[in-house]
Amino acid sequence: MSDVEEAITRVHREEWARVVASLTRRFGDLDIAEEAAAEAFATAVQRWPAGGVPPNPGAWLTTTANRKAIDRIRRENKRDDKHKEAQMVYDDDPPEPVGAIDDDRLRLIFTCCHPALAMQSRVALTLRMVGGLTAPEIARAFLVQETAMERRITRAKAKIKAAGIPYRVPSAEDLPQRVTGVLAVLYLVFNEGYLATGPDTDPVRHDLTTEAIRLTRLIRALLPDDGEVAGLLALMLLIEARRTARVSTSGELVSLDEQDRGAWDAELIAEGHRLVRQRLAAAAAGIAPGRYQILAAINAVHTSARDIRDTDWSQVLTLYDQLLRLDPSPIIALNRAIAVAELDGPQVALAAIDRLQNQLAGYHAYHATRADLLRRLGQSQQSRAAYDKAIELAGNTAETAYLTRRRDQLR
Amino acid sequence: MRYLVSVIDDKSNPGSTDRQPAISAFNERLIAEGYWVFAGGLADTDAATVIDNRGEEAVFSDGPFVESKEYLAGIWVWEAPDLDVALKLAAEASKVCDRKIEVRPFQ
Repeated sequence: MSDVEEAITRVHREEWARVVASLTRRFGDLDIAEEAAAEAFATAVQRWPAGGVPPNPGAWLTTTANRKAIDRIRRENKRDDKHKEAQMVYDDDPPEPVGAIDDDRLRLIFTCCHPALAMQSRVALTLRMVGGLTAPEIARAFLVQETAMERRITRAKAKIKAAGIPYRVPSAEDLPQRVTGVLAVLYLVFNEGYLATGPDTDPVRHDLTTEAIRLTRLIRALLPDDGEVAGLLALMLLIEARRTARVSTSGELVSLDEQDRGAWDAELIAEGHRLVRQRLAAAAAGIAPGRYQILAAINAVHTSARDIRDTDWSQVLTLYDQLLRLDPSPIIALNRAIAVAELDGPQVALAAIDRLQNQLAGYHAYHATRADLLRRLGQSQQSRAAYDKAIELAGNTAETAYLTRRRDQLR
Repeated sequence: MRYLVSVIDDKSNPGSTDRQPAISAFNERLIAEGYWVFAGGLADTDAATVIDNRGEEAVFSDGPFVESKEYLAGIWVWEAPDLDVALKLAAEASKVCDRKIEVRPFQ
């Protein structure tokens, strides 16, 4: 990629949500905001290679997008809404000070995560409007047809407009419940960034994980006493801390047992551990921990060990048991089985995993886990078959490379 | 914005029948606060008639347009500034009526 192309990619990452949020505030319409922002970036792609990246790219984009939005409003104006148009076009409000720009993005995310929208729609809309992913990228992430994803996003925006979903931060009374919905969306976004799908996608999309973390920090500033917000932030930090160790220089996934722990980000881990300790204290005082806090605690156990062999697996298992009581999902049961393998051996773990066959047959990690257990039991042929299945289902190049290597290492 | 607010009852699991005083009190509040446009309880679905005059002759059918366990028991029309306000009122309405509520915007 050329320097300008790199710069544009970076600017897109950094400025998309701000531009969209600012336009939404001004024009009160997500569709106009999205289209105008997309056109502004398209213009940047055309003009900046020749003219150079402007000194304040965000301002350039917002100004350009504003102009495009106004053009569209003028074009579409059939009813005599001239008064309304004038209000939008001649923006008498002084430019918002920098602090308020974060509120714009917060407003945007609460709107995109509104409870009147289906969860799938919230995720798609947040990824599009806040994350800046394209509909095809989002479609791949969630294994959905592109056209279906585009429809989902269009319908969500249409519902917001038709039903009058307001563009604002919820009242203090509504905030806690609304935050739960947002956390679920951010966690999904983080996971997509953590291990993105798509053959051409950068396997670990730092921008998405950073964005998920940044937005979670924003919400933590609003709700400093919310345990699950703290839990989610801790979880993200402890996973993000391992990012550079997780993908090798050749673009292959490096599993936890093979990671260079010296490459882990000590600062992020320290912050994550601080948050987990806070939540453990709250749990000891009787406040039952939610799922994010438990997941964070599991990651804290892993990141406390200097070497994989020092891992306190029985602590990990206890935490997974606690998590299963909250959420009896097969994926949690699968991850729990990995801890079981360390304590009771691969045979017992395999028996536990085989019970999940029907529910997880389409999930690559299920086959990858089976493959590893079968390998440890010396059942190479069955292991190879499981690796093949996992490779077939895995959509991520780093993961595919890792699985291929493990399969090819079988005797 | 105008919303059609439908009270949904369930023949297999009907809501309680002693809600009228609470509903009246709720209606008075809606009127006082300026949200109330219209309200009406509906007679049983048995009392409905469907007319289909899209073809050559008008065809009359006894009963509601869709036969289902869940059915429309009553309707409100509310005027509210946005969906959040409408949903908050609807949450109260659901409790007061002891039934599910659908909030649907007018075009």
